[in-house]
Amino acid sequence: MSEVPESCLYTKDHEWLRLEDDGSVTVGITDHAQEALGELVFVELPEAGAGLGVGDACAVIESVKAASDIYCPVAGEVTEANASLTEEPELVNSSPYGDGWVFRLRPEDAKALDQMMDAESYGRFLAEVED
Amino acid sequence: MGKQTHLYERHVAAGAKIVDFGGWDMPLHYGSQLDEHHAVRSGAGIFDVSHMTVVDIDGADSRNWLRRLLANDVERLTAPGKGLYSCMLNPAGGVIDDLIVYRQQGPGYRVIINAATHDADLNWMHKTAADFDVSIGERTDLAMLAVQGPEARATTAPLLPEGLGEQALGLESFESLDAANIFMARTGYTGEDGWEILLKPAAAGKLWDELITAGVQPCGLGARDTLRLEAGLNLYGQDMDMQTSPLVSNLGWTVCWEPGDRDFIGRPVLEEEKRSKGSHRLVGLVLEDRGVIRAGQRVVTDAGDGRVTSGGFSPTLECSIALARVPSAAGEHCEVEIRSNFKPARIVRPPFVKQGQILV
Repeated sequence: MSEVPESCLYTKDHEWLRLEDDGSVTVGITDHAQEALGELVFVELPEAGAGLGVGDACAVIESVKAASDIYCPVAGEVTEANASLTEEPELVNSSPYGDGWVFRLRPEDAKALDQMMDAESYGRFLAEVED
Repeated sequence: MGKQTHLYERHVAAGAKIVDFGGWDMPLHYGSQLDEHHAVRSGAGIFDVSHMTVVDIDGADSRNWLRRLLANDVERLTAPGKGLYSCMLNPAGGVIDDLIVYRQQGPGYRVIINAATHDADLNWMHKTAADFDVSIGERTDLAMLAVQGPEARATTAPLLPEGLGEQALGLESFESLDAANIFMARTGYTGEDGWEILLKPAAAGKLWDELITAGVQPCGLGARDTLRLEAGLNLYGQDMDMQTSPLVSNLGWTVCWEPGDRDFIGRPVLEEEKRSKGSHRLVGLVLEDRGVIRAGQRVVTDAGDGRVTSGGFSPTLECSIALARVPSAAGEHCEVEIRSNFKPARIVRPPFVKQGQILV
């Protein structure tokens, strides 16, 4: 059973979001997602300053198996990407909710976060897909 | 649920992630595909390849039939135990499968073919054998292990039945022995030294357990694929199929043209293709930028477009490599279209890695 921290919000694409104290939102992929993808060998990151809409393919994660897009869960402007992943993509496997975060953005509208699943809902969603 | 090998329970107990491969439930990895890959390059790894099909050929016409069936020539097997790699072609020169054939004592041969092509291969064998005095017997009673890596033979030899280890250590590349209900050949699909071993399921389970205890890394299909790609070895159905000939699959060396009157299936079409110098060839690619090449991607060369047949991340080179079919006149450089970006790559001659050494 994969890890689903209470401190994050979730999407059906198995991405997590966390609202930070400064109002920015950190985005990554869930434990379930990294497990399903297998060991990561390459991550292509968005550039700081990029304006993203909901659903924009904004990053690429390549594992030993396949390439997957990361879709932007809320509209906003990218403030930072996790440069450590360039040299150590495996951080996404070892610490999907910590050092393996992918990028941060400043949301256009913080209310958009209300549309996301909380840990309990995502847990139920996972129970269905993992069945 | 698919078919399971005799070692299936051991894979599950060892924490393997199980995937479907050609109708078989097979281990993809036991935790880390990358660790498994490196173990084979630097030490020893063991693969359960019992899903592969073993076919024993017997009867007075065995040799004559195989000389008709295969593009390589079993006449080259000058003594019992010797083996060779060959394609089995259709009349249009397309590859039905690739295989290894070993000469046995007496008139018989042992042929090892792919799992995914099992039905097509056996149908074709029976069809072509109609006018020959041969029997074609599938050996479903045997398990098959591949122990691979620079330390594979030295680690395995002491675990074999009395006297067999010493005999096995004397095998040259592509030689086999058949003794004490164990068939062993110095072959593999990784670019490393090692053996492929056919034996009864109970003995296979015991040997598997002893090898694990001896520190040999269990390896899944994931590592098997990256190892074979680095070794420049084709995967049937991906790098070649019914629509491609050996000549455009980097396998021209496996076609035995002499004697000129050996009428193997597909020969007239291959001869015509050879005369016209062939329009395409299968080459290696080394990506010179970050990213991962995948099968199906377009390759742009100075002589026209080609297509990636197998691609991925090479754990040994720590960059992406691929096999691609490109126009024969392509130069040393190309670009690969990866998700709408054109990334530079070098065209090289496989293998990329052999016996732990990077060759490109």
